[in-house]
Amino acid sequence: MLDPIKTGLASGWKHVDASTLARSQTIEADVIIVGTGAGGGVSADILSDAGLRVVLVEEGPLRSSSDFTMREADAYPQLYQESGARKTADKAINILQGRCVGGSTTVNWTSSFRTPPEVLDFWQRQFGLRQLTVNAMSSWFAVMEHKLWVRAWDTPPNANNKVLASGGEKLGIDIGHIKRNVKGCWNLGYCGMGCPTNAKQSMLLTTIPAALGRGATLYTRLRADRLRFAGSRVTGLDCLALKPDGIFPSGKVVHFRARHFVVAAGAIGSPALLMRSGVPDPHRLLGKRTFLHPVVISSALMPERVDGYAGAPQSMYSDHFLHQAPIDGPLGFKLEAAPLHPVLFSTTLQGYGEAHARLMREFTSASVLLALLRDGFNPQSRGGQVRLGADRLPVLDYPLGDVIWEAARRALLAMAEIQFAAGARWVTPVHEAAPGYTSWAEARKGIALLPLKPLICRVVSAHVMGGCAMADAPPRGVVDHRGRHFWLGNLSVHDGSVFPTSLGVNPQLSIYGLVARNASLLAAELAGRPAPLIP
Amino acid sequence: MIPSRRQFIRTGLGGSLLLTFAGWLNAAGARPLTTAEREMLGAVSNAMLDGALPAAGEPRRRLVALTVDGIASEVAGLAPATQREVGELFGLLVVAPARMLLAGVGKPWREASVADVGEFLESWRTSRLGLLQGAYAALHDLTFGAWYARPDTWEAIGYPGPPKGYF
Repeated sequence: MLDPIKTGLASGWKHVDASTLARSQTIEADVIIVGTGAGGGVSADILSDAGLRVVLVEEGPLRSSSDFTMREADAYPQLYQESGARKTADKAINILQGRCVGGSTTVNWTSSFRTPPEVLDFWQRQFGLRQLTVNAMSSWFAVMEHKLWVRAWDTPPNANNKVLASGGEKLGIDIGHIKRNVKGCWNLGYCGMGCPTNAKQSMLLTTIPAALGRGATLYTRLRADRLRFAGSRVTGLDCLALKPDGIFPSGKVVHFRARHFVVAAGAIGSPALLMRSGVPDPHRLLGKRTFLHPVVISSALMPERVDGYAGAPQSMYSDHFLHQAPIDGPLGFKLEAAPLHPVLFSTTLQGYGEAHARLMREFTSASVLLALLRDGFNPQSRGGQVRLGADRLPVLDYPLGDVIWEAARRALLAMAEIQFAAGARWVTPVHEAAPGYTSWAEARKGIALLPLKPLICRVVSAHVMGGCAMADAPPRGVVDHRGRHFWLGNLSVHDGSVFPTSLGVNPQLSIYGLVARNASLLAAELAGRPAPLIP
Repeated sequence: MIPSRRQFIRTGLGGSLLLTFAGWLNAAGARPLTTAEREMLGAVSNAMLDGALPAAGEPRRRLVALTVDGIASEVAGLAPATQREVGELFGLLVVAPARMLLAGVGKPWREASVADVGEFLESWRTSRLGLLQGAYAALHDLTFGAWYARPDTWEAIGYPGPPKGYF
């Protein structure tokens, strides 16, 4: 298998692994981009295409297909924030987030959805984002779908996704096929550990190589520590080189100077960088309203083999339960399947000792459904808050309140009913006190009475959004509809942290589309060219 | 008279003492596992993985030791603050009074049975204190993460491992 990253490096791409720096240094460029995920990647491509000198700063390592061994023991420490063990402050929510070149796009499950029209409508009404109409945004989504090969996936779903499809069909619940950003996918099922066949059209394989091919410079193992500013302009960015462990600073520092600074460090990292920098925040909005699509999980044993580790992890979904109430009413939820790999499954599963071992012996018959709760629309659902903890690194508080648990119970019931309808012989919510059930009647009674509380009911998240919300005016947001900071003229935020609510869909395509628009507007301005004709 | 573990924890005193005491013990931050910590984690793994481990004897001891090695390398990959917290938890559990009062394990860890440790795990798993529940969850995730990361554990669960082919 050809490794396009190794080939590119051999051809002279500029990559500096900051853990190898012998001394501190000062670098100048037109634009500094912090982060190489969905937001940073698209920004680097578009800004470098406008002839600007671009530098990318990434905290994680550069890894590529020849490193992607499909082993969890290799993948999680290399490619994920905190080895995949990132948690909210009270430890009640486990957060999966990428931390490598390409960010979460290197390790996501490729599910691609446009921002739903009802979400854009809500943003227009509540946050005055009148420019971001369904019409205006559809062009940008189309651009990115084309570029990243977002297509209908024609291969039949794996047995795990089929449970959702067949159970939903029996119950008359709408089920859809998920579009995926893949080109020549081998249907292996290891997307979460980095694509070993270079089929996934992540930032690692698309926008970042494009930018590096135009002479952009990529720094890895380099943590953006603090923006320096004077008056209303950012003047520099101080970064800390990390040791080869990728965790502790080495003591070497890299200073950047540039005309413009793009922050795209994700919805935990971006607000944290702005907080460390002490940027103006007179309305105290920075780091607030952080959303997670809190996920509850239902695990089933099917009569036949499922082999949930094999085949595209997510190919079917249901939005049926997003449309049962007004968007700001009781929380709706999206249903999807989850891939099963031994470490991810065993650590998520409740219990220990013989009870846990018994479930693990049925690993190949297990099927798992996820319910992603759409947080941030109901007035009671205000999400979480990023603050700075020890070492000035971010900590996320996310209180799980009644409005979440009410939806979680409906979601656990809905998933159990679907799994039994698909023929499950046993179903359990992932919950420390759930005994598991052998029929829908039994599950319905049992789940109705389960105590739903943090740390008893397992809650996870793979979608972090908000914290630098966009709005029409400073009292309601941190940046405007273009991602421009309200107080610092040459600072933009280009990632999922600008969403003023969650999305109700997997976020990658929403980030690609919005950032394609905002990076294009910024590129035109910096290069002194007319703005693009797409609105 | 020494208060029982349940009384001690119910007062809430257990939680705050746990933090203070552990912070004091581990002022130095992240560090390699001590022999006492390895014994404690061995006892925890021995109970957590009961049913996955072979019955008893030398093979079981060897696999428990491998799991403890795995836990040590997992901890080294955590964020600095989390490494400190985990270090505090480990450092606390090896101190006899904390082992007895907070974990309710009367014997030294190397002599504790699966049943003794199981009772401790169950009490933390179902504790009303988030701190202890969170600590149970950390031990759970670290132990199973270390166990199922190793290819030699896969045959027992029917997992063939990643596909091999034209890579």
